[in-house]
Amino acid sequence: MSTVIQPTRPAAMPLRFSLPVGGVAGTSFKPAHLPDILEAGPRRGFFEVHAENYMGDGGPPHRALEAIRRDHPLSLHGVCMSIGGPRALDKAHLARFRGLVARYQPALVSEHLAWSTHETSFFNDLLPLPYTEATLACVCDHIDQVQEAIRRPLLLENPSTYVAFRDSSMRETEFIRAVAERTGCGLLLDVNNVFVSATNQGFSALEYLAEFPLSRVEEIHLAGHAEQADDEGDLLLIDSHDGPVADAVWKLYEIVIRRRGAVPTLIEWDSKIPDWPILQAEASAAQAILDRQQSAVPAGDRHAA
Amino acid sequence: MPPEADLSFAASFAPALLDPARSTPEVVTGPNGKAAGRRYDVYRNNVTVSLIDALAAIYPAVQRITGTDFFRAMARFHVRSNPPTSPLLFEYGRDFPEFIARYEHAQAMPWLPDVARIERAWLDAYHAADASPLSPARLSAVTPDRLADLVFTPHPAAYCLRSDYAAVTIFAANRDDAPVMRIDASTPEHALITRPEFEVTVRRLPPGGAVFASSLISGRPLGEAAASALEASSQFDIAANIAGLIEAGAFTSFASGDPT
Repeated sequence: MSTVIQPTRPAAMPLRFSLPVGGVAGTSFKPAHLPDILEAGPRRGFFEVHAENYMGDGGPPHRALEAIRRDHPLSLHGVCMSIGGPRALDKAHLARFRGLVARYQPALVSEHLAWSTHETSFFNDLLPLPYTEATLACVCDHIDQVQEAIRRPLLLENPSTYVAFRDSSMRETEFIRAVAERTGCGLLLDVNNVFVSATNQGFSALEYLAEFPLSRVEEIHLAGHAEQADDEGDLLLIDSHDGPVADAVWKLYEIVIRRRGAVPTLIEWDSKIPDWPILQAEASAAQAILDRQQSAVPAGDRHAA
Repeated sequence: MPPEADLSFAASFAPALLDPARSTPEVVTGPNGKAAGRRYDVYRNNVTVSLIDALAAIYPAVQRITGTDFFRAMARFHVRSNPPTSPLLFEYGRDFPEFIARYEHAQAMPWLPDVARIERAWLDAYHAADASPLSPARLSAVTPDRLADLVFTPHPAAYCLRSDYAAVTIFAANRDDAPVMRIDASTPEHALITRPEFEVTVRRLPPGGAVFASSLISGRPLGEAAASALEASSQFDIAANIAGLIEAGAFTSFASGDPT
C-alpha cells in the first residue's frame, strides 16, 4: 500500500497508427508552437522531434509529444547515437531510443552518419568520419545493432561536412550505398546537406544526387544554411538550420522528387525559430511540389512510404 | 571488428575541439589541397557555442544576474574543463554550481552557486517522472497516535535546498525579464521545488521547514523529522509545514513505519 505512483502509461494515449506520412510535408516540432498547433487542430503534415529531447522520465516534454502524436504522424530523429564513431554504441542510449520508438510508434525513425561522443566526452555536434573499409564495417555493425533493437529499418542521413579526411578511400555516395546494401537500412536524404557539402568540398551536387541510391530514400530534409569563408577566402557554407530554405536547394529538391517520387519531406528549423505560420508556409511550399508530382504520376505508380 | 589503428580518426579529431591551444588535426584537410584551419574551426565553434548555449538554457537566472558576456566567459571555461558525459543535454551542468563557487570573478556574488543549484533542481523537476501527488484528505484519516510513525514517499520531482543567502528570492526575481527590486541577499532562505502536475514551482520554506522537508524526503518518520525541525528552529509549526508540503505536491504516499 505504499505507492500510488502512476507513470504516464502508453495505454492512456490512443495512437492512430494508420496516419499516413507518404507524400506529406512536415516540420520540426518546437514546443513554442504547441498552442498554435493544437488550436489549428489535426491537419495534413507530420512532425519531427530530436529523440534526445524526449529521453527524460516525464513532465511537459512527453505531455507535448503525446498531444501532437495523437493527431499527426511522428518522425523520430536521433542526433546523438554516434553511429559513425569507432566507440561501441552506448547501450543505455540505445535502450532509451528503443523505448521511444515503442512508446510513440513513429512513422519514420532516423539517425546520422556522424559521431558526437569520444571516450567520455559528448561534443553535441555531428562530427565527420573518413570513408574507408574500416569505418564502413564499423558503421554497418552499429546500424545492425540499432535495427535489431528497434525491430525496424533505420533511415540514415547524409552529413554536411566542412573538412575531408586524408585517408578516405571512397566517395560519400559509394560509402552510403554500401551501408544501405549491407544493412538494409533506408536513407534520409538531406538536400541542404548535399548543397552545403558540395560547395564546401568542391563537388557537383547534381553528380552527387546522380550517384546517390535514391530508391532507398524514404525521407527528405530541407533546411536553411549560413555563409562563411574558408582559409582561402572562398565560400564556406554552414548547416545552420536557422532560416528559410535557399532557392538552389529548392531546385535540387524538385529534381530529386521528379526522380524519386513524393517522399515525406521535412522543413528543419532548429534555431532563430520563426512564428508557426512562417514555418508552416515553408512546409506548404514543399507540399505543393509533392502534390504536383503526385498529380503528374498515375496513381498506380505512386510511391507510398 | 576492424583493427583499432584504422579507427583512430576520432582520437585524432577530438582533442582540439575544446582546446584552442592545439593545432588543426593532421588527419583532416580541405579539398584540392586547401587548408583545413577555418574549416575545422567550424566544428570547434559548433561544439563550444552549443554547449555554452546549453548552460545558458539551464541557468537563465544566473545569466541574467551576471550579464551575458560574464556568463558566456564563465561558461566557456566550464565547457572546456568539464564537457558533458551524457548525450542528454538536460543532464549537463550538474557541477556548474561548484564551478561558479570556485570561479574567481564570481566571488563577489556568494549567493550565485545557490541560485544555480535551484535552477539545476528546477530542470530535474521538469523532466522527473510523472506521479500523482498525495491527496491532503488521506492524512486526515490517520489517527493521531499513528502520526509520528508515518514515513512519506517523496514525489520524483521534489527537491529541498538550503542557502545561507536569499537564493530563492534572487532566483524568482531573475527567472523572467521583469524589473528586479532591491534584495537583501543576506537572509538565509530554503527552497522547496516540486512539480505535482506539469508546472514546476519553487517555494520558500518557513523556519525549520527545510530540516523537516529534507528529513521526510530522505525517509525519516514524521515524529523524528518534527523533532529535528524544532531543534533547528523554535518557531517551527508542524501542522502548517506538513500541510504546506502536501499541498505543494512533495509526496506521493505514506506508510506507517509502526514496527508492530
